[in-house]
Amino acid sequence: MKDWRRRLLNWLDHRTGLESAIRNFLLEDIPASSGWHQVFGSVAVFLFLVQAFTGALLAFNYAPTPGDAYNSLRYILTELTGGPLMRGLHHWGASMMIVIVVLHMVQVLLYGAYKKPREATWMVGVVLLLLTLAYGLTGYLLPWDNRAYWGTVVATRIAAQAPLLGPYLSRLLGSFGGEVGVVTFARFYGLHVLLLPPATTILIALHIYLVRKHGVAPQPEDENRPPKKFFPHQVFKDTVAIFAAFVILFVLAIAARVPLERLADPTDTTYIPRPEWYFLFLFQTLKFFDGPLEVLGSVVLPTLAIGVLILLPFVDRGKARRVTERTGAAAAVMLLAIGWAGLTAAAVRSTPKPDLAATVDFSQPTEWIQLTPIELAGIGYFRQENCVNCHTVGGGKAKEGPDLAGNIHKSAAWMIQHFKRPAAMVPGSSMPSILLSDGQLNTLAAFLLKLNPQNAEALQSAPDFAVQGALIYQARQCGSCHVVNGSGMKLGPPLNGLRRRRDRAWVERHFRNPQALSPGSVMPPYRFTPSEMENMCSYLFTLSD
Amino acid sequence: MSESSPTGRRSFYLSFIYGLWALLSAALTAPALVYLLLPPKLRSREDWVEAGDVEKLADHVPLELTFRQIRRDGWKVSSEQRTAWVVKLGDQVVAFGPQCTHLGCAYHWEAAKAEFLCPCHSSEFGPDGRVISGPAPRPLDRYESRTENGKLFVRALKESEPTA
Repeated sequence: MKDWRRRLLNWLDHRTGLESAIRNFLLEDIPASSGWHQVFGSVAVFLFLVQAFTGALLAFNYAPTPGDAYNSLRYILTELTGGPLMRGLHHWGASMMIVIVVLHMVQVLLYGAYKKPREATWMVGVVLLLLTLAYGLTGYLLPWDNRAYWGTVVATRIAAQAPLLGPYLSRLLGSFGGEVGVVTFARFYGLHVLLLPPATTILIALHIYLVRKHGVAPQPEDENRPPKKFFPHQVFKDTVAIFAAFVILFVLAIAARVPLERLADPTDTTYIPRPEWYFLFLFQTLKFFDGPLEVLGSVVLPTLAIGVLILLPFVDRGKARRVTERTGAAAAVMLLAIGWAGLTAAAVRSTPKPDLAATVDFSQPTEWIQLTPIELAGIGYFRQENCVNCHTVGGGKAKEGPDLAGNIHKSAAWMIQHFKRPAAMVPGSSMPSILLSDGQLNTLAAFLLKLNPQNAEALQSAPDFAVQGALIYQARQCGSCHVVNGSGMKLGPPLNGLRRRRDRAWVERHFRNPQALSPGSVMPPYRFTPSEMENMCSYLFTLSD
Repeated sequence: MSESSPTGRRSFYLSFIYGLWALLSAALTAPALVYLLLPPKLRSREDWVEAGDVEKLADHVPLELTFRQIRRDGWKVSSEQRTAWVVKLGDQVVAFGPQCTHLGCAYHWEAAKAEFLCPCHSSEFGPDGRVISGPAPRPLDRYESRTENGKLFVRALKESEPTA
C-alpha cells in the first residue's frame, strides 16, 4: 500500500514538481532562536483566508446596491441559518486581523528584523497594513445602515481635505460634492471585493517570497547555533496560534452580536457617527486641530506617520538587533501604545449616549414594529400575567394549556369572557381568572388575535421599552387623536415619522406644554415620570416612517 | 519508541498539526454548508388571498381567474399577478396552476372538446386536471384552496403527483 502511494507521489512530482516544491518550502532552515514570537505572520495569512471565505459566502446572499444592500443583509441575519455566524466571523475577523497585523509589526520592530537586507520586506508589510485598513474603511459602508452611511460621509470628507489631491481623491471615491451615494457605494464595493483582494494576495506572495529570500531574521546568538527546520517545529507553533486565534474569533462571532442599525437615512440630522474602534484614535486626533489647521490632523499628520513607518529601516540605522538591547525601539512602541490607548479611551469617553436610551437592533426580527399600539400593549399584559407559564407559544415542549399561537383564536369578545371566567367558556379549564379591567383584557385579546406560529418568536422579542411605551400610549388614550401603524383617529398628526419631523427634546417639551410649541393645539399637557417619558419617547421614535 | 525520542516527538507534532487543521476546516465548512443549503426561515406565512367569486360557477366548466399574491423571493417581497383555472367538480372547487406540467407552456380551455389543451406539445387534460394524452408527466398542479361564502381563497401552488 505504502509502495503504491509512493509511486503515485513520484509520478505526480515528476510531472508537476509539486512535492519537491512543498518539501523545499517546509524544510527551510530557520534560526535556532525562532519560536512563539514569530507566529503572527502565519495567523495574519490565515485570517485573510477566513475573510476571503466568509466574504464570498456573504456575497452569495448580498445585493450590492444601496437599494437592496440593507434588506439583503437583514435577510442574511434573520432568515438564513448560520447567517449571523458568517457575518460575525467576517466582522470580528476584520478587527482581529488589524490586531494581529499590528502585533506582527511590533515583533519585527522589537527584534530589529527590518534591518539590512530586509528593508523591502518591511515596506511591503507596511503597504499590507494599509490595505488591511482600506478593507475596514470600504467594508464599513456595505451594510448601508445609518452607522455605515454617516461614518463614510466623514471619511470621504476627510479625503476631500487632502492638500492638492483632495478633489481627485474625492472623485475617485465616487463622492461628488461631499455626498455619499450610489456611486460611492459601487466604488467602495468594487474596491472591497474586486481590487483589494488580488492586490493583497500578490503582496502577501511577494512578502513571503522576500522572507524566504533573506531567511527569517536571526538574533546575534544564532551565529554559533545550528539552524532548525521550519517543519514541523515552527509549523506546530504556528498551527497552535492559528487555532487559538480561530477559537477566539469563533466565540466572538457567536457571543458578541454585531448590531445592525436603521437603514441609512441621509436626512437624519441627529445621528452622531463614530468610526470603527481602530480608527477612533485618528478621530480623536482630529479634535486637537481647529479651523484651517484641521487638515494637519486629518491628512498631513497621518500621511507623515505612514511615511515614517515605511522608511523606518532607513530612519533606524543603529546596529542593535538583540531584542534586549533595543530599548529605544521598546520605548517607542510603549509610547505609541500609550498614546493610542489614551486617544482611543478619550474618544470612547466622549461618545455621547445615543439620543434614545433604547435602540432597536435590526439584525433581529422586528415584526413587532408594525403592531398597532393596542396589540403591542397587549404584549405587556401577556408578560405581566405570565401566560407562558402554562401555554406554549408557537411550538416548544407541550404545557398544560393550549398553544397560544395555534389555531384556537375566537373573537375578542369570546376571549374577554374566557379571561374573566375561564371555565364558563371552556368547560373543565383549570386556568385562573385574569384580574384586569375590560379595556386591559381587550388589549390582551388584540395581541393574541395577532399571534400565529410564524410571527410568535418575532413578536415576543419586542423590547421592553416599546411595550411599556405602548402601554402608556394605551392608558393615556393617545389613539383617540393620533394614528400609529394605521390605527387611531386622525384628529392630530400621525405619529409614524415623528422622528423625522422633531427631535427628542422638542417632543419632551411638547408633552409638558403642547400649546407653547404648537399654538392652537388641543392636546392636553401630560405629566410623565422620567421613566414613563423615556419609554414613551423611545417608543414613538422607533416607529417606522 | 519513547515520547522523548526525536521520532516520537515528530509524530506527536505531526498528528497535532493535522488534527488542528482538520478541526479548523470542519469548523469553517460545516457552518458554510448549513448557511448555503438550508432553506430560509420564512417568518411570514403565505397568506390566503381571495381569487374571486365562484358561486355561479357551472359544474365542469373552467373559469380563468386572476388575483394578486405576495411573492417572497429572497430579500425581495413583491406583489405579483397570478392566474388560476378554477373548476367546480361536484361540491368541490379546485384551482389549477396556469402552466402545463410538461414544459411550462400556458394551456387553454377548449370548450368544444371540453378539455384543457397545451399548444406547445398538445398535452390534453380533463376538467379534473388528469392527463388525457400527450407528453405531460403529471396532472395539472393545484393551488391550496378553500371556499368561503361563495368566494375562493387560494394559497401556495402545490406540485401534483406524477401519473403512474
